[in-house]
Amino acid sequence: MKTTVVDVADVSKSFKIHYERHQSLKERLLHPRTGHSEDFSALADISFTMEEGETVGIIGHNGSGKSTLLKCICGVLQPTSGEIRLRGSLAALLELGAGFQLELSGRDNVYLYGTMLGFSKKRIDQIFDDIVAFSEIEHFIDTPVKFYSSGMYVRLAFAVAVNVNPDILVIDEVLAVGDERFQAKCIDRIRRFQQEGRAILLVTHSADQIRALASRAIVLESGHMIANGDVADSLRIFREHLLGDTPSNEANEHHSADVHIDSVTTPTGSFDVQSGASMHFDVHITSATAYSGNFVLEIFTRAGVLVSRSDSQGAPINLRPGHNSIGIDLPNIPLLDGVFDVNVGVVDPRGSNVKAWGEKVATLQVTYGGRQGGLVELDATIRQN
Amino acid sequence: MEDPTSSEAVHEGLSHAPLRVMSARVTLGTRLVNLRSRRELLHNLIISDIRIKYKGSALGLLWSMLNPAFTLGIYYLVFSVVLKNGYPNYVIFLFSGLIVWNMFQNAVFSATGVIVDRAGLVKKVSFPREILPLASVGSAVIYFLIQLVVLIIFLFAFQHAPEWNMLEILPITFANLYLFAASVSIVMAAFTVYMRDMKHLMEVLLQLWFWTSPVVYSYSHSLAVQLHTHHLTLFYFMNPMALMVLTFQRTFYVSTYVHNTLAPHAYFQMLPSWAPSSFLYLNLVMLAIMVGLFLIALTIFGRLEGNFESEL
Repeated sequence: MKTTVVDVADVSKSFKIHYERHQSLKERLLHPRTGHSEDFSALADISFTMEEGETVGIIGHNGSGKSTLLKCICGVLQPTSGEIRLRGSLAALLELGAGFQLELSGRDNVYLYGTMLGFSKKRIDQIFDDIVAFSEIEHFIDTPVKFYSSGMYVRLAFAVAVNVNPDILVIDEVLAVGDERFQAKCIDRIRRFQQEGRAILLVTHSADQIRALASRAIVLESGHMIANGDVADSLRIFREHLLGDTPSNEANEHHSADVHIDSVTTPTGSFDVQSGASMHFDVHITSATAYSGNFVLEIFTRAGVLVSRSDSQGAPINLRPGHNSIGIDLPNIPLLDGVFDVNVGVVDPRGSNVKAWGEKVATLQVTYGGRQGGLVELDATIRQN
Repeated sequence: MEDPTSSEAVHEGLSHAPLRVMSARVTLGTRLVNLRSRRELLHNLIISDIRIKYKGSALGLLWSMLNPAFTLGIYYLVFSVVLKNGYPNYVIFLFSGLIVWNMFQNAVFSATGVIVDRAGLVKKVSFPREILPLASVGSAVIYFLIQLVVLIIFLFAFQHAPEWNMLEILPITFANLYLFAASVSIVMAAFTVYMRDMKHLMEVLLQLWFWTSPVVYSYSHSLAVQLHTHHLTLFYFMNPMALMVLTFQRTFYVSTYVHNTLAPHAYFQMLPSWAPSSFLYLNLVMLAIMVGLFLIALTIFGRLEGNFESEL
């Protein structure tokens, strides 16, 4: 039986917003009545649970309450009402190296940060070598961290947090650290965590990362939980809400609702395709007004790995009022056998706003008879020189 | 927090792992249990505090002795040599009170701004926040112990025996000193988050406080009679530092009646002539008060810490 490791029950958090801050005694005495503050509700009645072995992603816009929720779970913030129950040890990466003392050496900081995360000195002694090896800064471990490069700094912090092997790991948009190789190493470590049955709570802006890592996703919108479930469903809800959330609300909301992706069809009506064959899609879009934007095509594996993203960059599509049809030609599909999900969307020319989005509007069934394995056909020739 | 179990044990282990509950109010009991479970963090913070303070300075920890030595020298010069107060063995008298005061002042002064100074940490890492001011008190304890060793060396140098009957009271007085410094530090650290000029206010207040404690002057010689005639004795002892300083002075300086160094045949009273048992009794009463004060300080801190994030 799986144990519930995180139980968030009716958690609300409100902050006082100061319109005028009087932080000195003189100001408080001089203006006892001014400096109004207003309560701002950052989280409203959030409830969800996490079992061991689960990886839950949290997505939402800036200011939707993601970080506040994480901080409540980690105990940095106290909820205004409600309760959070945790089982097992928790390590949080809210900001890498937040506890580092610049004057102290890397070694001292490992111990300080480790105990700050709540682990004993004995435990850190055991894993000290692993931490140093993972962070790849063996030669500088006795140098004060103020001489570290920013990359070394975050690598050391990440290494401490993952090597203490917490039962629950909480990560707040910190996976974008270090170079690509180090990122791959971090992702590897997270996958190992998943295999070991540890729970991971992940906040990220990247839908790709959620797809690749999470088994469930929660969508927050101005402090409310608007979705909690299957990754694809949550991402669809998130994208739909992105539509109604462009700046200068009313005009845009009205506007954006005008573009809608109706369906994706093929001339044959089938989405089964031979590897290497060509394929043609028609995307049917209804638009109320004329709109010129970018068209985006994404192809994902069932495991949520992005295989390819292409857009009509440089040559915007011009939608007429009424029904529009967009053609997509794939001259030869290099995919090997498998099932692939297709997302299509219309975004504004700057790529910052999604006008319309179709998540998993089609499912490609690729068949392949050759001897190659993996995702794509490389057509490698192997011979003796 | 428990040690994380090894990877294989995760599955069986977690159902028995302790449950931690986070809600709007943390009860005092939970607060104390949390503090206890994070002793190692406290320990590490104290060590790093001291290391950072003297990092790169040539004399290092020696400064923690030089600083009070200078203060001692100046007061000796001013009160004994220039103003001729006539106290015999004035250095010992001064030193035994000064170490008590220094511990209190170091603790409170460094703790007052500690949460504001470490805002980055407080906003990003979870740990009982009281640990930060308590670490400041912890460093002050280390300096106190160093100065205590120097005082003992002084006693040997001056061949000045302490009052052996009083020594057993000192641990209680020290507990009082620690609890009082910790209570004031915890509350001030939290107040400073809401009102940043607490730090400056504290500087002034600590000076006043110093002169209302009988460190430099003799309580019995300079104040006792006047306080008694004006019925202010109790009021004077509302300052817990007074009794602590007197207990230390009585232990290390010992003499209650002394010769005036300026007039060989004149006697005067230097310290209260209470019996050691009276000191013990008074210190025990104070211990009860200080434990209560510490719990109140933790409760106040708990009330205030909820809004730290939005104030920092």
